[in-house]
Amino acid sequence: MTCLTTNAMIEEVAVNLLRQAVTKLPEDVKNALKNAYSNEKSQIGKTQLKAILENIEMAEKTNTPMCQDTGLISFYLEAGSKFKDLDKVEGALCKAVQRATKEIPLRPNAIDPLTQENTNDNTGRHIPYFHWKIAKGDFLRITVFPKGGGSENTCALQMMKPSDGLKSVKEFVIDSVIKAGGMPCPPTIIGVGVGGGANIAVELAKQALMKPLDEVNPNAKVAELEREIYRAVNKTGIGPMGLGGDTTTLAVKVEYAHRHPASYPVAVAFQCWAARKATAAIHARGEVEYLTHKS
Amino acid sequence: MEKIELKTPIREKDVRGLRVGDVVYVTGTLLTARDAAHKRIVQYLQEGRKLPFTFNGLPLYHCGPLVKKTGNEWTVLAAGPTTSMRMEPYEGEVIQKLGVRLIIGKGGMGEKTSKAMKESGAVYGAFTGGAAVLASKYIKKVNGAQWLDLGMPEAIWSFEVESFGPLIICVDSYGNNFYAKVRADAENIKAKIV
Repeated sequence: MTCLTTNAMIEEVAVNLLRQAVTKLPEDVKNALKNAYSNEKSQIGKTQLKAILENIEMAEKTNTPMCQDTGLISFYLEAGSKFKDLDKVEGALCKAVQRATKEIPLRPNAIDPLTQENTNDNTGRHIPYFHWKIAKGDFLRITVFPKGGGSENTCALQMMKPSDGLKSVKEFVIDSVIKAGGMPCPPTIIGVGVGGGANIAVELAKQALMKPLDEVNPNAKVAELEREIYRAVNKTGIGPMGLGGDTTTLAVKVEYAHRHPASYPVAVAFQCWAARKATAAIHARGEVEYLTHKS
Repeated sequence: MEKIELKTPIREKDVRGLRVGDVVYVTGTLLTARDAAHKRIVQYLQEGRKLPFTFNGLPLYHCGPLVKKTGNEWTVLAAGPTTSMRMEPYEGEVIQKLGVRLIIGKGGMGEKTSKAMKESGAVYGAFTGGAAVLASKYIKKVNGAQWLDLGMPEAIWSFEVESFGPLIICVDSYGNNFYAKVRADAENIKAKIV
């Protein structure tokens, strides 16, 4: 495989992933929203969920971005150490973002915080943002994660006292959920990051948003904490769009890292109901496997 | 919930009759404005500069639409609401000075805006956040855009809309705020659930 082929293929795959991500929700999120609609007892909550479900269907049918906020774009990359020309990947992905902006299209969402100028192509300083993991093998797995601003603005971080420990986590999540109200477009997916350090806790919370909704955490203690927080959040009655109802969260996912003796960082990340992401794996021989959206 | 049709220009008596929980649908001309536009509007008002559009009697929609240009024509692909609370610092003044009677958005607004709505006669209607393709179906025409130097999301877009809704009135012109009630209920229940 020549350099050019690899770059062109990576660019093409990434444009497809962006289109998939913004126009079609992953099946687990769709099912969670459908279940929420069936179970919702509040009339107002039901009308909000109905509008969401109708919107999802229209977006999928017409290949239109489901939300006008097509997000600020990040890529999560898992690269086999034998995959060639890894140094060219970011360039190809930047080109993909520019092309996708024109073609899908995406709303231009990259703004210079010093001048307030919009770059008009969704690229900018450190944007799209790249997260890298190196693995064994000769594949490149690309996940695109366009993140909306509404749910991003309600993310929170607090450096707890170690003596408050684990019991501060549940209260902090509930406080964050109440403060957020309808602003992050509930029902949301909630990611919680504990430990590591300020940046690590937030990153863990963000990554937790991408976990499959139905997956039970293999750590029994964490799974119990997730269930406890999930039940508590839905008891707040904040409901779809913060207008009251039974489903405020679709799922709570907790990730943790070991911590400094003096620190107990806790981060809460929100993902709106339009939980957009898409993953594909490119194999060295040129096969592309789309993993989130099969068609 | 009663279904109410509002046609632009919206008059004070149209909105004084509305209460939290009412459901309205809007037909006529609508203008979008969000963060940067609000900041510039207030700045222009302070400097005594003329605004390039009239808000009087028109709904103000918190929205940064996704718009496609084909030749000279604009098409709206997706136009759901943005989080209104970010405009809280400016909205009271906009209501009082520009004659806006209906703010459309999601997530609610605060005390300052509610007070201005009470004094001037205006209400806040919520459209489902993220239901952007749905919203675009009610937009029949793009009249144009002003302040495009602010970028597509932040410009002021003028749309012709037909039966745009359902908009749930969540802040009325009598100081009632539905989001505040939901929050208060959640705070009350917090002691039991934490």
